[in-house]
Amino acid sequence: MASSDLELSERFEISGSDFSKAGTISTKIKGILQEIGIESSVIRRAAIASYEAEMNVVMYAKRGTLILNITPEKLHLKLEDNGPGINDIEKAMQEGFSTATDKMREMGFGAGMGLPNIKRNADRFEITSEPGKGTSLNIIFCLNRA
Amino acid sequence: MSPYFHSIRIDTEKCDGRMKCMRICPTQAIRVRTGKATIIEEKCIDCGECITACPNDAIIPMTDPFGELAKFKHTVALPSPGLQAQFGKDILPKRIIAGLKKLGFDDAFDLSLTCGEVSFAIQEYLREYTGPRPLIAIACPTVVRLIQVKYPALIEQLLPIDLPREVAARELKKEKSKELGIKEREIGIFYLTPCPAKMISIKQPAEKGRSYLDGAISISDIYGPLLSALEDTEKENYRKDLEDICILGMGWAMVGGICRTLRLKNSLAVSGLGEIIKVFDDIERGKLRNIDFIEAYSCPQGCVGGSLTVENIYTSHNKILKLIETLEFEQIKACPDIREVRKLYKQNYFFINGKFEPRPLKPLDKNLAKAIKKRKEKEKIYESLPKIDCGICGAPTCQTFAEDIVKGEAKLTDCIFNLPRKFAKLSHELSELLDKSVSLDSIKSNISKAQYKKDKK
Repeated sequence: MASSDLELSERFEISGSDFSKAGTISTKIKGILQEIGIESSVIRRAAIASYEAEMNVVMYAKRGTLILNITPEKLHLKLEDNGPGINDIEKAMQEGFSTATDKMREMGFGAGMGLPNIKRNADRFEITSEPGKGTSLNIIFCLNRA
Repeated sequence: MSPYFHSIRIDTEKCDGRMKCMRICPTQAIRVRTGKATIIEEKCIDCGECITACPNDAIIPMTDPFGELAKFKHTVALPSPGLQAQFGKDILPKRIIAGLKKLGFDDAFDLSLTCGEVSFAIQEYLREYTGPRPLIAIACPTVVRLIQVKYPALIEQLLPIDLPREVAARELKKEKSKELGIKEREIGIFYLTPCPAKMISIKQPAEKGRSYLDGAISISDIYGPLLSALEDTEKENYRKDLEDICILGMGWAMVGGICRTLRLKNSLAVSGLGEIIKVFDDIERGKLRNIDFIEAYSCPQGCVGGSLTVENIYTSHNKILKLIETLEFEQIKACPDIREVRKLYKQNYFFINGKFEPRPLKPLDKNLAKAIKKRKEKEKIYESLPKIDCGICGAPTCQTFAEDIVKGEAKLTDCIFNLPRKFAKLSHELSELLDKSVSLDSIKSNISKAQYKKDKK
């Protein structure tokens, strides 16, 4: 089997402020993971992490992309957005810290759980951000099944 | 042999392959190849949508015929609260019970009090529960199967409190065998069911334990005979009959019926599979953690909307509401004793016997590397399809068709849109071939041959 055969890659566009479509990408991802037979506990963690990441883009950025990459070893979610960026990443990673507006909170978002929740559910998590330019996330799940 | 028992069967004599079932099936479990519908057993969750959709009545719910009663020494009817919903406040449970006895059951038992007890037990369980929320009610067997098949990660959120019909059947068997001096297995307890899904929860419980019920008879089968039997029963003291009804249990047949008996700040009641799927997607994303309890019914409006009921579903929903209003107006509070329920709860009286296990669908391949490859192939095939979900290939959508192809269960040429393409290619190849091989001489000889044929005629 050629090595490119062992890699599944899919790209999703996320549009900012479109709350009506928010969550559809994480549903699609879940469908793909079920089809290829990923363990249900991993699917659940990936569903939570991808949903939180998708919501962050919807809430704060104009546009973003999510790239799903699967190999027999790992599941990689790469997110990039053109949002306002994060000034203090350490602070943003604290549970309960949020810069959500009142309106977002009214809709039940912005409890300051998003990023910590992604980190908690992922096996590996990286975040880089440049204020004024955007944020990118690398969320990784190990698939090595004994 | 499939490991799954299903409560529906396709009568191939009657099926003429009109695909209505295939198009309506919410889990894409039906294919119509070679002109007849077949069910993919691992995908079917027994919702019964296909039964209602079939114009030929070719999909048959596998409920028990009346004759099954003869197999037992003593028979008891256990009507679903959905039966009461067919009659509302005009005919109260006591008269229905009398009618059922006239039909040939040795005894019949109204479930409203047991439903009330189970409501209290759920309240107790919720109080001490510390796991992930929301907890999901198990009243609808189709919902339980939907979770096993499509949301295996939510299995641990299924409420482990048994259903009123099971609790009542278990206790009735104990009581009756003592009272009549016969063995428990000589007593036949039959559920009068609003849907075929209850039948599988009896024949093959999702929690892998065993059911205390012996069978299920469709409400639609019993409705007619029961109506005539009711004519002969006397209207007794209406107010006194009303006093026997437990208001807590009366609502169990309709959506929201359990939630209204629980004192919860945050609970949801959902009905209809499409709506349930949206809510379960949200739970899986961790969105509804602030909700304590969810009751979900695959049929619209709850069990009153079951495919084996008779009355219009909105009418029967309303009939139950009116009965509850009457009970409230008359200030009737025939409820179980909460202290007694608490005592029984501590003795594990209300818990299910067994454990729910996931039943995830087979992936494209057991080997992850191969599954990834197949998934890519599938996408490639899907991109080549017309994406109009016409169903002519025998699969409900172009997506499922592509899936069937990579699984080796269908061929690309089953797609009618691939045929003209194939013919165009073939005819192109053919004309190219002819261009190469045909010379002037042979055309002449062909003309003379054709001429010769003509002459011969």
